[in-house]
Amino acid sequence: MTITEDKSTKIIGTRLLRREDPPLLTGEAKFTNDLNIPGALHLSVLRSPFAHAKIKSIDVSAALKIAGVVAVYTGKDLQSAWAAPMPCAWPVTTDMKNPPHFPLASDKVNYVGDGVAAVLATNETASRDALDAIDVQYEPLKAVVDLEDALSDKNIIHKDLGTNKSYTWPLLVEETPGCVEEAFKKSKYKVKERYVQQRLIPMAMEPRAIAAVPQPFGGDITLYSSTQIPHILKVMSALTLGIPEQQVRVVAPSVGGGFGSKLDVYAEELLCMALARKHNTPVRWVEERTENTQATIQGRGQIQHVELAADENGKITAVRVRIIGDMGAYLQLVTPGVPILGAFLYAGVYDIPKAYDFSCTSVFTNLTPTDAYRGAGRPEATYAIEMAIEALAREMKIDSFELRKRNYIKKEQFPYTAFSGLTYDSGDHLLAAEKAAKMTDLAGVRAQQKKQNVPGATRLLGVGMSSYFEMCGLAPSRVLASLNYSAGGWEAATVRVLPTNKVQVITGTSPHGQGHETSWAMIASEKLGVAPEDVDVLHSDTAISALGLDTYGSRSLPVGGVAIALACDKVIEKAKLIAAHQLECAAEDLQFVGGTFSVKGSPDRALPLAAIAFGAFTAHNLPEGCEPNLEAQVSYDPPNFSWPFGTHMCVVEVDTETGAVKILKYIAVDDCGNQINPLIVEGQVHGGVVQGIAQALFEEAVYDEDGNLKSSNLSEYLVPAASDLPSITTGHTVTPSPTNQLGVKGIGEAGTIGAAPTVITAIIDALSGLGVTTMAMPASPQTVWKTIQEATRGGKK
Amino acid sequence: MKVSITVNGKEHQSDVEPRTLLVHYIREVIGLTGTNVGCDTSSCGACTLHMNGEAVKSCTILAVQADGASVTTIEGLAKDGVMHPMQTAFMENHGLQCGYCTPGMVMAAIGLLNENPKPTEEQVRMGLEGNLCRCTGYHNIVKSVLAAASAK
Ligand code: FES
Ligand code: FES
Repeated sequence: MTITEDKSTKIIGTRLLRREDPPLLTGEAKFTNDLNIPGALHLSVLRSPFAHAKIKSIDVSAALKIAGVVAVYTGKDLQSAWAAPMPCAWPVTTDMKNPPHFPLASDKVNYVGDGVAAVLATNETASRDALDAIDVQYEPLKAVVDLEDALSDKNIIHKDLGTNKSYTWPLLVEETPGCVEEAFKKSKYKVKERYVQQRLIPMAMEPRAIAAVPQPFGGDITLYSSTQIPHILKVMSALTLGIPEQQVRVVAPSVGGGFGSKLDVYAEELLCMALARKHNTPVRWVEERTENTQATIQGRGQIQHVELAADENGKITAVRVRIIGDMGAYLQLVTPGVPILGAFLYAGVYDIPKAYDFSCTSVFTNLTPTDAYRGAGRPEATYAIEMAIEALAREMKIDSFELRKRNYIKKEQFPYTAFSGLTYDSGDHLLAAEKAAKMTDLAGVRAQQKKQNVPGATRLLGVGMSSYFEMCGLAPSRVLASLNYSAGGWEAATVRVLPTNKVQVITGTSPHGQGHETSWAMIASEKLGVAPEDVDVLHSDTAISALGLDTYGSRSLPVGGVAIALACDKVIEKAKLIAAHQLECAAEDLQFVGGTFSVKGSPDRALPLAAIAFGAFTAHNLPEGCEPNLEAQVSYDPPNFSWPFGTHMCVVEVDTETGAVKILKYIAVDDCGNQINPLIVEGQVHGGVVQGIAQALFEEAVYDEDGNLKSSNLSEYLVPAASDLPSITTGHTVTPSPTNQLGVKGIGEAGTIGAAPTVITAIIDALSGLGVTTMAMPASPQTVWKTIQEATRGGKK
Repeated sequence: MKVSITVNGKEHQSDVEPRTLLVHYIREVIGLTGTNVGCDTSSCGACTLHMNGEAVKSCTILAVQADGASVTTIEGLAKDGVMHPMQTAFMENHGLQCGYCTPGMVMAAIGLLNENPKPTEEQVRMGLEGNLCRCTGYHNIVKSVLAAASAK
């Protein structure tokens, strides 16, 4: 069954306003910390002030004397509470080193923020006050902060592992053995670049919050958490705590943003559950912002060495990549997999031969663990290839857009089997890029640039671009298996038509700002021919949505949304049998348009879905063997990733005297296939682009050499404000995905993937006349100014 | 200490600790949880509400300092089930995603228009400098505020 073409029921593709908004706009929505939970004890966690130290002793006696304090636990006290260490679900290699990681450290702390003791008190003030009264004696050890230093194994963090290296993951694809090396020897042009992906703090505006509520009898427990992954959290917390899974229910109330930082199983979630069970009373915790910067995962953290070889025409002949990945002190849920998610994308959107040599070595450091942050591995890869293309264009002294055009995978090559064996579903890179150029008025800007960037000018104009592919819609389970991921990539959906023809959609996705309730209702509405307001979307509570794999990796629509469409098809199939029975015709003779079954050719022999839904409920007159009720469940495993793509361009003006960068224009042309709700798609692009701009210009988790975080709150870590940013012009092309019936691809991470290289290449372009060829991120005024000084000094020598 | 604070038109007499912040008073004593907390450095603006008609960050004010004041929170904006025009503008322009910054953003935006009823885009961006949003990239927030201004 395909989407009905009846114009009157065309919902998909309209800018329907979000049903999520009224409760959020009026303060009615409940975030985890808004829940009223009578009798709850408050948890506070004492955190290590040292990046690396032995715990000599802990004295909690003074803390216990504070009024309201109920109990204080150290790591040793709670050893028996854990059936297993905290989970890492992605052992990327069979010999990957993974140090045991428990919610509280016992003998040694490994990063500033590592949990040392847990306080339970009747109120939050008492539990926080008690932290100051706990006396911990530490013996500080040398902290390993720098990645290359970590790699040297001079100081080993986890002694039992014997090394700071967690794993080396190679991907060597050669048409003939040695062809990469040969290409680098023989090709006319070569570039060799080094880029640093600074650590970023995800900084969802809602800090994490948790409440664990035990049932008085029977041992059941409900965990409310500000999480992206209630389903995964249920399985993992049951395993870690040794609780039968059916006794655990996880609910994600309204969640104030995630961006990957809530795609994890956290110490505090496990502590709340363990202590709630121990005390048989609810336990809640809320993170302070300064705590969030240290105790919630960070993103990026890579050093990239990238080499390209190209022939005399600039056609890329080989790609070689060496990466050092910063895991931080421990492996969280998918920490080791993050660089691997980018491993296939270092050829970007370009048509390259089987001459690809990638390897990633990941190391432990005495810093907050890293994990998925919006884009996870793919922004890093895109940045590297797009910057390297620019370097190659400089080397060849040709325009970088022209060089891209010579290398783009062409429209007629899709579906395109890449060097890696992965199939890129559909695309038209040239179309998107030309559209972006037109929207930017590239020719006009170039002309203006000639006029403006004259010797002695202090305000220089630059244009930057990047073309990207986003490998998203995680993911075909079999591909995940080949990458050693411990779970699948399917998504579940249930569609239920109630007796009154109202529809319930139950999804395994877990939205936290993406507007799934609206978009999923639109899909079901169009499929079933009911009004969108007659569709209710239920999610994020494992007691209601028992099966699911949650929301991350731009997967919700291409996997979860498609699952809903498929479940609607199943409902329609069943309804059709009932209709055929009641209309006394063959099912094949029926058509379903606009919510009504009718006999082809005789439109007055018809039955609306409403009548069938009621008939399925009364079950008075159903065909032989047909079960009552109109409901279907689907678990959908996508046959492929989805491959959204696009080109971003931006125009910047750089003040060479202050180093200030002003973005004059930002153009994002994205292609995510068919759009369910363009309003929501644009919003995803805006937010994604700004997170990419933020990496390019503003943000960095800055550590000193002892591993202290110097940007540990929102006055030091520069999340950009409205006043720091331009408005964003979005455009799109539509190249439907052939792998799913909706023709959709993901869009959540695209903006972030495209933006950072776009901005940085623009800055370099502006300063190219001064001899600038590199620019570190974030390109703060100081960094830009220093880079100009170095380039011009170097030029004078 | 005894305080008397009018919240959304209703007077409340309460006994609070001197160190209680207005935001905690509103959330925990009055039980209105629409006002959010996003930071500990008065940087994010999630806690913005109106005190005596002016937009303020309620994490920077002690409850005792609000004694005798009239406070409006996000819950107090809609009248008879109809949202305030600024709330409607946010909805119509997709000015929110996760919605965590939204109550503070809406209160700040109303405060902005009270001071400058017809701002330029630049002025809206400057005026909302103290309110952070991690989801929207501000594009549609700015659009919402401009739409609310032109609807006036
Ligand atoms: S909570 Fe961040 S400014 Fe008040
Ligand atoms: S909408 Fe999520 S922080 Fe603004």
